[in-house]
Formats: sequence, C-alpha cells, structure tokens
Amino acid sequence: MNLKRDITFTLNGVKSRASVTADMTALAMLRDVLGLTGTKYGCGEGECGACSILVDGLSSNSCLMFALDCDGRELTTIEGLAKHPLGEKLQQSFVDCGAVQCGFCTPGMIVQATHLLEKTPGASREQIARGIEGNLCRCTGYVKIIDAIEAVAEGQT
Amino acid sequence: MSTEQYWAPQTLPEALEHLRAKDVTILAGGTDLMVQTHAGRARLGSTLLNIRRIGALHTIARDGEGVRIGALCTMNELQRDPLVKQHFDILLQACDHFASDQLRNNATLGGNVCNASPAGDSLVPLLVLDAQVELQSKPNGSTQTRHLPLAEFITGPGKTRRDPHELVTALWLPLPKPGFVGRFYKFGTRPALDISAISIGIGGVRQGQTLTDVRLAYGAVAATPMRATAAEAALEGQVLNAASIEAAAAAARDEVRPIDDVRASAWYRRELVHNMTLRMLQDESQT
Repeated sequence: MNLKRDITFTLNGVKSRASVTADMTALAMLRDVLGLTGTKYGCGEGECGACSILVDGLSSNSCLMFALDCDGRELTTIEGLAKHPLGEKLQQSFVDCGAVQCGFCTPGMIVQATHLLEKTPGASREQIARGIEGNLCRCTGYVKIIDAIEAVAEGQT
Repeated sequence: MSTEQYWAPQTLPEALEHLRAKDVTILAGGTDLMVQTHAGRARLGSTLLNIRRIGALHTIARDGEGVRIGALCTMNELQRDPLVKQHFDILLQACDHFASDQLRNNATLGGNVCNASPAGDSLVPLLVLDAQVELQSKPNGSTQTRHLPLAEFITGPGKTRRDPHELVTALWLPLPKPGFVGRFYKFGTRPALDISAISIGIGGVRQGQTLTDVRLAYGAVAATPMRATAAEAALEGQVLNAASIEAAAAAARDEVRPIDDVRASAWYRRELVHNMTLRMLQDESQT
C-alpha cells in the first residue's frame, strides 16, 4: 500500500490542503488533485519550464518537486499571479506585445519572468534572455516574449 | 515494494536516526530523484527521508583553513554567497552554467555530489579545489563524522562510498593559495540546460608566467569526473608557453577515457579535451 498523506500549504495566498502520494509531483497535485490547470505539463523532466511555479518566492519546476515537499510551504501559480502586481503587469504586457502563439509556454514564462523581475528589477534584454533560459517556447516566439518582459522591466526603473 | 514512511525532520540528529532504517531514499532538491524515479532508473525506498528542512545543512562558513559548505546549499545560494565569491570563483563559473534558474533554485551541491554523474557540473571545479566530502552517521547513539576526498568518494556513474546509514552533510574546501587562478569550461549544444559533452576545470598558482600546484580536471570523459595527473605533471612548474601548453593538452587527450554516446563520440570528446585545454591555457597565459 503506497503511502498517502494529508499536507497543508498556502496556495495563492489561501490556506489549502491536499491528500498526496509519495511519488506524486507538485504539478500532478496542482492539476489533478486541486484542479488548477493553468500550470502546464510539458516534458516532465525540468527541460521546458511550462510547469514553473513559485515556491516560497523562488521559481521551481513543479514537475520535479515532490508533492509531499509542499507541506508548510507557500506556492504561487499562474492563477495567483493574476492578483500579483508584477504578474498582472506581465500578463497585460504579453497581451499588448502579442507574445503568445500557441500559449502553452505562457504561464511558465510569466511565472519565471515574475521571479526574474522581482530578483532583478529593471533587467536588461540580455538578463531577460538568460533569465528565461529554462523556459522553452516551441513556437520559437522568443523575440516578442522578451519584448513583453522588457517593457515591464523598463517601467521598473 | 512501495514507500511506507515519510519523514521531513528539522534537525540533523533526527535525520541520522531515520537513516538507521533499511531502504531509505534521501530527498534533497529532488531535481534528479524525480526524473530518475519516473524514468524507472531509480526506485523510492520504503522510507523517503526529506532532509530539506534541516537548517544546519544550509550554512556556509569559514572552518579552519577552509570553507565548509552545507550539503543543502543550492546553486543559486552558492552564487550569492560572499565567501564563495571571494575564494572559489571556479565554482561560481560552474554554478552559472548549471541548468536553468528554476533548477538552480532547487538543485543542491550535496545532491550533485551524491548523484555522482560523470557529467555533474559542480564536480569538476570541486576536484580542482580539492574538496573533501563530510559524512555523518549515528550508528550507536553518538554522531560519527568522516571525511573523504571527492576523488575517492565517487567510484562510478551514480556510485559513491556513502554507506546507506550515512548522510553527506557538507563539502569542505581548503582556501586556495595566494595567486590561485581557476577556469571552468563546459561544452554542450546550448548554454542552458544541457548535459555536458565534456567539461574542463583548470587551476593553479600563478607566479608570473609559471604555473604550480596544477590541477586539471575533466567531466564526462570517463566513468567518474577525473583529474588528469599526467597532464598536470606536464605543466607543473613550467612557464606557460606554446610547448608546455601543447604538452599538457596532448597528455590530457591521451589520458581521458571517454565513451561514444548520444552527446558525442569518444573521438570528438578527445579532440575537445585537447583543443579546449589548449585554448583555456592560452587564454590564461595571456591574462
């Protein structure tokens, strides 16, 4: 019988709980147990960044995180960033710049961009490109994605 | 058999107690463990021990004639640490090339060491820096500590001398001698998120154009990250010039034992070892 545990954590500012198994990823918990499908499953091995979330304020691949390890932590997903000052600006900037093609990488991009601009306000174009190196856009629409992040970064300075 | 117990202790003594059980899988950053278990290359033990909440494993401090780096320090934490910045630039260079920001926020130095991948990014600079692995266990109520040089700790791909009841608690790095210079180079098909085709670490004490205490370490060219001792000997105490640099690069090419795999052929790896060792030493001689 595989272990099952009830864990508690803060999810997008709200105290939450979930029942998780030992080998479950945080991504599976978010999507399949809690029904938050904004965070995407891309590669399942940390290569694509589509599953990026903030864990205690640090961007992380939720596909590589054990759901059990979410116990007691503060998680922020793309759904939570809608109410986050920087996340909200980035979302609007992605719309304004047309930085979306198929849209599958967008949640992860915005989560990672939020983390980047929190750590490095006013980041340069080069810093932005390096900052999102863990996020793949299979439509290869990087120029507009970087434009969108840069527009917000410029507003920070 | 499936996982029946899960522990996330906050103190080291508690973790060492839990490690006395049979079939324990240790979870730190989790970035490799999750990939390996989902790919079927590793299985979770009957006990999953999450050591991530142990604050004592998270510290970096001066210790004797060196610096003790807690095993749980992440790549991004290392990059921001003033002691690491001051003394171990070559380790910073490797952290900067490590995977992606998301992974650097989670992947730990101890985890990279225990994974013992021939291509582990931090292992080459740690070899150049003569790192010692600190292991602790609690076999009969009292904590025991031992140290092993990193080169002895790793015995093969994914294989180490860690006893199942031991925990890697820290890496200890001696302070480099005055005049120490270090360079790291990683070759992959893209800068981010790539597993090295090869990696190279060069270290030594510069006095004018002469290099002493030479350390040449290579990743992804043998079953373990390795020091190239013949190449080191070719350069030891020599003036950095075209002849000594070529001698060292050629010795390194002959000394490494690469395999053919999806990332590169053995032949190509040997050529890379020669050409990039040459270029790195030329760059060093010109600074």
